[in-house]
Amino acid sequence: METNNKLHISVSPHFKSPRTTQSIMLDVLIALAPAAIAGCFIFGWGAMLVIAATVAAAVLSEFVYCKITKKPNTAGDLSAAVTGLLLALNLPANIPVWQAVIGAVFAVVCVKCLFGGIGRNFANPAITARIFMLIAFVEVGKSAAYPVWETVGGATPLVLLSEGKKLDLLSLFIGDKGGAIGEVCILALLIGGIYLLARKVISWHAPVCYIATVFLMSLIREGFSLTGALAWVLSGGVVLAAFFMATDYSTTPTTGLGKAVFGIGAGLLTVLIRFFGAYPEGASFAILIMNILTPYIDRFTARRPFGAGGVAK
Amino acid sequence: MLFSLHGIHVPHRKNTADMKPVRMVPPETVTIPMSMHIGKPADPVVKVGDKVYVGTLIGAQSGFVSAPVYSSVSGTVAKLEEIILSNGTKGCAVVIKSDGEMTPDPEIKAPTVDSKETLIEAIKNAGTVGLGGAGFPSYIKFNTPEGKHVDEMIINGAECEPYITSDTRTMIDKTEDIRRAIDYILRYIDIGRVIIGIENNKPKAIEAMRALEADERITVKVLPSLYPQGGEKVLVYHTTGKVIPAGKLPLDVGCIVVNVTTLGAIGNYIATGMPIVSKCVTVDGSAVKEPKNLIVPIGTKLSDVFEFAGGFRCEPKKVLLGGPMMGIAVPTLDTPVMKNTNATVAFDEKDAAPKPETACIRCGGCANHCPVSLNPAAIMRAYKSGDTDALAQLRVDICMECGCCSYTCPAGQRLVETNKLSKALLREEAMKKKEAEKK
Repeated sequence: METNNKLHISVSPHFKSPRTTQSIMLDVLIALAPAAIAGCFIFGWGAMLVIAATVAAAVLSEFVYCKITKKPNTAGDLSAAVTGLLLALNLPANIPVWQAVIGAVFAVVCVKCLFGGIGRNFANPAITARIFMLIAFVEVGKSAAYPVWETVGGATPLVLLSEGKKLDLLSLFIGDKGGAIGEVCILALLIGGIYLLARKVISWHAPVCYIATVFLMSLIREGFSLTGALAWVLSGGVVLAAFFMATDYSTTPTTGLGKAVFGIGAGLLTVLIRFFGAYPEGASFAILIMNILTPYIDRFTARRPFGAGGVAK
Repeated sequence: MLFSLHGIHVPHRKNTADMKPVRMVPPETVTIPMSMHIGKPADPVVKVGDKVYVGTLIGAQSGFVSAPVYSSVSGTVAKLEEIILSNGTKGCAVVIKSDGEMTPDPEIKAPTVDSKETLIEAIKNAGTVGLGGAGFPSYIKFNTPEGKHVDEMIINGAECEPYITSDTRTMIDKTEDIRRAIDYILRYIDIGRVIIGIENNKPKAIEAMRALEADERITVKVLPSLYPQGGEKVLVYHTTGKVIPAGKLPLDVGCIVVNVTTLGAIGNYIATGMPIVSKCVTVDGSAVKEPKNLIVPIGTKLSDVFEFAGGFRCEPKKVLLGGPMMGIAVPTLDTPVMKNTNATVAFDEKDAAPKPETACIRCGGCANHCPVSLNPAAIMRAYKSGDTDALAQLRVDICMECGCCSYTCPAGQRLVETNKLSKALLREEAMKKKEAEKK
C-alpha cells in the first residue's frame, strides 16, 4: 500500500487522556471564579483592581522570566494565572496595588521559576508571597477590608472570636464580614471545591482532613459548642486554604494517606497559631510549614509495590 | 482481598461486540513467522515448492520453550525469508502462495486424549500460545509437576483493552470448544476449581459463559470494567485475592491463568485435530471505514486484512497490532497477523498525533493509578539522573507496562517508555555484576 512509509511509531499506550496541565489549571480558575466574583461583589472595585493587577503581573512575570532565561514559554499553561488569582484572593481589597503587584512577581519568579518552574517548587507560591508581604508591608497584616455596605470597619471575625464574641453563622457563611477578598464567601468556596472534586482535579483527603481537624480542635476550645466551633471554621482563610492550597500538586503529598496527614497537620498548626500565636490567622503559616514537611510525608506514606515482599491478602 | 487494585477508566469503544466474525477470503500469499511466541523460533520443515494444506506442519518446535507452526492456507511454499517482526527483531518466515482452495490437510484427525501426557501433547501440538498477547507456549503451564495440586485455573476473558472484541466473540461463538477444553483439563490435571473472569461490559459473553456453570467446579466472576483488569497479576488478585510475589509465576501461588481464546483453540484441536491456523481479529479504529471482526488466516498481511474489511475511511497514520493500551505500532502494513494478534487498530491523523510533552506537575496521577503501586514519576527522575540504586528500590522490575501512567499523565510524559528503559538498564547492570563476579 502507498501509505507504508508514513506510519507513526511510538511506544504504547497509544491512547492518552485528554487532560493537560493547561486544562487542569483552567479547571482551578473556574473553581476560583465564584469566590473571586463574590469578593468583587462584597468589596467593590478595589477587589477587582487587586485581582486584575496580580493576575496580570503573575502571567507577565512568568512570560518575561522565560524570555530572559531563554526557556520554552510556559506562561500559557495558566499556572501563573492561578498563582496570581490565588494571591489576590488572600489579600485584603484595600491593599495598595503596587504592593499586590510586587507580591505576584515574588510568587512567580522567586518561589516558582527560580526553583525550576512548574512542578519543582517546594512551597506554595501564593502562600509564600502572602507571608513575604505580611513581613514586608505592614498594611497586609494590619488592614482587612470590609464589605462595601459596612460604613464602619471593626475587627475581623477571628479577632472577635478570640475575644470570646458570638458571631452570626449565616453572615460568616455568605461572606458578610471583614477579611481577604477570596476567603470571606464560604458558599462560593464550597461551590468551587465541589467542582474540583467532581472533576477529579483534587481528592477529598486534604480538604476534609484539614477542615475536620480545625473543627474538632475548635470544638474542644469552645467547650463542645457546635456553633462556636463552626464559627472558627467559617472565619479566616481555612476553607480557601483547604480546597485551594492544601491540594496544590507540587507542594503537597502524592498518596491519599499522605494528603490526609498533610490536612491533619495543617489543621493542627492552624489552630495552634490561632489560639496561641501572635497572629490572628495561621492558615498560611500552616500550609507553608506542611509544604516543607511534604517530602518526608511522601517518603513515609508511599504505596508499597504490589507483590514486593510481604505477601498480604 | 481488602482493596481492589487501582486502574483507569479507558474509553471502551467495543463497537464490534455484536458483530459475528466474517471468515476472510484467503489472500494471495501469507507470510508466517517462525517466531510467534516467547522462546526459541520454530525450525522450518518445508522447502520452496512444497505443497502444503491448511494445518500442515511448517515449523517444528525447537526446544522446551517453543511452539510448532502450521500452514494457514493450502498452496505451495514460495520462499523462506527474513522479515522484521513486530517486536523489532529479525526472524525467519515461510511465505506460502495460496491456491485459494483452503483444503485441510488430509492427514489431520482428532487426537486421542486419555491421560495427562496425551493432553499435554495435544496442547503442544495444537500450537497454542498465550493468545491474549503474551505468546507464552501454553503446554508448559499445564505441564504441572507430578503431585502438584493447582487451586484455581483462572480463565482470562476480561478483555480490558479498548476496541478489542475477539475474546468476547470466542466466548459467545465457541462456547462448546471452551467447555470441551475445560472438561479435558479438569479430567487429567489436578485443578480445584475454575474461575472465568469477565469485565462487566460484556453481558452477552457473561451469559454464554454462565452456561458452563452447570459444572459446579466452574464459576463466572464478573469484574468491574477497570483497565488493566486482564493483567495476569491483577486478574489473579481480583478473582482469588492471591498476590503473586514479584518475579514469581501464578503457579507459585497455586494458579494457572489461561486466555479464553487459547482454551477455545485447545478445545477445537481436541475435537478436530486442526491446530491454530486462524485468528478472530477485531479491525477497528478511527481510520477504518467499517469496523468488524474477521477470521483471518495467520500470516495474512495487515494490508490484506484492512482491504478485506472494507478499506480505510482516511489515510491511516498509526496502525497497531493489538489494542491502544499495550498494542505495538507497526512500521508497515506488510506486517503479518500472528497467533497472538487479537486486533488491529488504525488511527487517523487526530488519534495518531502525540500528546505534547510538558513539565511534570507532580499531580501524582501516575502513582495513584498504578495497579501495582509504583511511582512512575519518581522512576522517571531516577532514570534521568542515572540512579540505578533508586530504580531498584522503586521496584521498576514489577512494572507490567500496562500504560495507565502514560495514559493519565496530563503533562504527556512518556512514563512507560522510561519504565522500559529503566528495566533494561537494571538488567544490564545485573549482567555486568554477574560477569564481574565470574572474573
